[in-house]
Amino acid sequence: MRFAILSFPGSSCDVDMLHAVRNVVGEGAEIVSHTDAKLENYDAVLLPTGASYGDYLRPGALAQSSKSIEALKTFADSGKPVLGVGNGFQVLVEAGILPGAFLRNKSLKFRSGNAKIAVQNASTYFTSNYEQGQLITIPFAHEYGNYYVDEDTLHLLNETNRIIFTYEDENTDGSVANIAGVLNEQGNVLGMMPLPERAVEEIIGGTDGLPLFQSILKNWSEKNVSHA
Amino acid sequence: MSAMHEPTAQQIKDEKLYRQMGMTDEEFDRAVDMIGRLPNYTETGLFSAMWSEHCSYKSSKPILRKFPTEGERVLQGPGEGAGIVDIGDNQAVVFKMESHNSPSAIEPFIGAATGAGGIIRDVFSMGARPVALVNSMRFGDLSEARDRYLFEEAVAGIASYGNTIGIPTVAGEVQFDNCYSKRPLVNAMAVGLLNHEDIQKGLASGVGNTVLYVGAKTGRDGIHGATMSSSEVAVDKEAELPVMQAGDPYLEKLLMEACLELVKSDALIGIQDMGAAGLTSSSAEMASKAGYGVELNLDLVPQREEGMTAYEMMLSESQERMLVVVKQGREEEIIELCKKYGLEAVAIGKVTDDKMLRLVHKGEVVAEVLADILAEDAPVYYKTSEEPAYYREFQGMENIEPVVEDLKETLTALLKRPTIASKEWVYNQFDSKARSNTVVAPGSSAGVIRVQGTNKGLAMTADCNSRFIYLDPETGGKIAVAEAARNLICSGAEPIAATDCLNFGSPDKPEVFWQIEKSADGIAEACRTLNTPIIGGNVSMSNEVNGVPVYPTPTMGLVGIVHDLQQVTTTAFKQAGDVIYLIGDAATEFGGSELQQMVEGKIFGKVPTIDLELEAARQKALLKAIQSRLVQSATDLSEGGFAVALCEKAFDAEGLGAEVTISGSAVTALFSETQSRFLVTVKKELTTAFEALVKDAVKIGNVTADESIVIKGENGEALLDGSVDEFRSAWKGAIPCLLNSEA
Repeated sequence: MRFAILSFPGSSCDVDMLHAVRNVVGEGAEIVSHTDAKLENYDAVLLPTGASYGDYLRPGALAQSSKSIEALKTFADSGKPVLGVGNGFQVLVEAGILPGAFLRNKSLKFRSGNAKIAVQNASTYFTSNYEQGQLITIPFAHEYGNYYVDEDTLHLLNETNRIIFTYEDENTDGSVANIAGVLNEQGNVLGMMPLPERAVEEIIGGTDGLPLFQSILKNWSEKNVSHA
Repeated sequence: MSAMHEPTAQQIKDEKLYRQMGMTDEEFDRAVDMIGRLPNYTETGLFSAMWSEHCSYKSSKPILRKFPTEGERVLQGPGEGAGIVDIGDNQAVVFKMESHNSPSAIEPFIGAATGAGGIIRDVFSMGARPVALVNSMRFGDLSEARDRYLFEEAVAGIASYGNTIGIPTVAGEVQFDNCYSKRPLVNAMAVGLLNHEDIQKGLASGVGNTVLYVGAKTGRDGIHGATMSSSEVAVDKEAELPVMQAGDPYLEKLLMEACLELVKSDALIGIQDMGAAGLTSSSAEMASKAGYGVELNLDLVPQREEGMTAYEMMLSESQERMLVVVKQGREEEIIELCKKYGLEAVAIGKVTDDKMLRLVHKGEVVAEVLADILAEDAPVYYKTSEEPAYYREFQGMENIEPVVEDLKETLTALLKRPTIASKEWVYNQFDSKARSNTVVAPGSSAGVIRVQGTNKGLAMTADCNSRFIYLDPETGGKIAVAEAARNLICSGAEPIAATDCLNFGSPDKPEVFWQIEKSADGIAEACRTLNTPIIGGNVSMSNEVNGVPVYPTPTMGLVGIVHDLQQVTTTAFKQAGDVIYLIGDAATEFGGSELQQMVEGKIFGKVPTIDLELEAARQKALLKAIQSRLVQSATDLSEGGFAVALCEKAFDAEGLGAEVTISGSAVTALFSETQSRFLVTVKKELTTAFEALVKDAVKIGNVTADESIVIKGENGEALLDGSVDEFRSAWKGAIPCLLNSEA
């Protein structure tokens, strides 16, 4: 499987994602610069965390005006998987690919740590290797982690099982309904603030993020075998 | 001020205008002598910046000579942007610590952030990829609103820079004492990795080669920062201070990536950060070190503001700029490379053979001074040193035990002292795991990152107990190094080298200079004994408020190598039933201790003694035991002594506690800050092997499964009994609570 890691200037943690996919999961992955975002030859697109464009204006706000976002939208429309974590989630929201908006953390401070989150929907492309309701521990690091959606959208997300992860401890940073990760309507774009690529090896603090990448791999393999 | 209105050379001399730039009469006369004429306004500016303490180390040179700087692993000692130490496999670690105290006292967010930015540039200008950050900060005790503000903003600022640029902050320390009220210390350390062949130096060599300016435009910010950082902060005159330079971590991220690509190019001759004294120091130092000259056409310098004079451009400390020398004819490819990262690179001058730093502005030569005179010929001062009366008085005192009524209340109170309390409030604001290499994040003895592609790790820490150094600088200096080394040992790392950040009051005060001298003696001896050469560092003088110096605070930053990541060890208890060992007996040593400060409201007397040979032997034995994987957890005893360390081992372990038996006076056993001591836990089945290696270890109890701390006396009587939860909440809640108080 070939993963594109879509990197904007300042997307510092593209290297985290690259390491996780290439060295730990063992799949093909490349960092693709926003300037030459030819995505059609990849099987999945990952938007890493970091501070794209220095988080100027709002996190993700400048990246969403990059030309590569058009390519990303086309890719997402084709039904192939897209995962945005941290700043990558913020970019997806700013680009209108996922609903909602991000506010500054309730504490008004950058916060990092390990969040205990629950898998609210284990029958998605990204979570099928988890158990429904499984509690997992995933690191987070953000200043704008306070996810907001209005009541109608929240209702819709609930009705359609698109709230994929929720915080189960105090690390919500103010997010509506403790939302830690949401899926798009088609089910092929996931955004989450916790950072699964930082939880793929015991030596750096745990492996609870690994099933997420393995889910993508498994679902992709099944689909591609059946198409063969 | 436009050039037209600049004072003439004669006016500068007659009206002694150089004094406003921080030069003394003698220094001005020396400059006149050396160039054989009166310097003009721009040239006087060059001298004042290059001969400031910050750039020239004129007062500290005799001190710095005391330090051991060589060792079998040292590839680059002091003198470049940062020191370099071999770690095997053709790789090396590059690191340095630097202060940003004066700016942080005025505008703490920007000041602290810019400090981090500067030290990161020092590391990548050597060709190294910065992989971790460490910081060391000092503030007043948080009882005053201004100090709470300084603390909150400095932490946010230093966090913001590291977080945005994507370099994890993996270790640090913060201490609080009112000697730092309104005069915080903000020291930042950056650690980088490189392959030997990528080592770069700041050299401007080869006649005709081109000097490129890369990065942010030059503005009027930070003019005379280097001079300012060498002077006392006038607390009431903040409005008069020059506009402070502000950092942009996003721009630095681009600059870093461009430079790290640049160092792979064979068109590159040399590269140096425009740090303190910006364009002046980078150009003069690069020319001087290479034995060449540099001619710059200032009209070509990218400028953010209109009508800047030569003086302003040369003295600006606008951030995120690098000076790069490339081979003649290869400029375009380097300019293209920079453009790829959205950076402006402009040819602004060339290397010459006449050893001059020559500046041309609007068609005229506006300055012409031998680069060596600026970079090498600052006066060296042998300041007067005088043993202060307080020292003699303290040395004459007997060691006495502070009066403690209730052991448990005392322990709880100590855990709430901001210096001892959990720093979670601080380090939760750092992204400590960016780049996915962090093996031990802040909160243990030292931070540890892995070196990708190997089974090795790097451990790093910063430390300095300035109370000990104030009371007895020489002993305190030894303790600072020893304690930092202990932090590394407890993490499973072999200490390999050190950097220092020497924060003191004004060296013109003989008593302060004595503190500098004596603490340097102690540091030098400890570094020799513990085999940690000092490969670079920074001096920050005149840390005073209203003429009162802060405690002498020579912060030590140490880096160690973990030979096998399986050997990484942390503070926290691991398993019920493990045996708890204490290494080293307590003596009645409370001078400068946290308990003394808390009970007496001041510090006095003799500090704990330290025997460096014993220290080295214990460190070696414990490291051997850790490397042999006989140790479950390890921590050294520091502020607050044994009881605090015991609690800390339980705080990060879920569902575990301890039951131990102590002997002798309970107050001394629990709270003394006697040196060279460790608390470790060992699996039951490994105790024989452990005891064979660590002869000084004494079995004192066990890790228990019932989340309480029970300390018993020799006869089995309970001296102290409390739940881990109550101690933990006191320890964790203290700093947030102090910050929320309205006092």
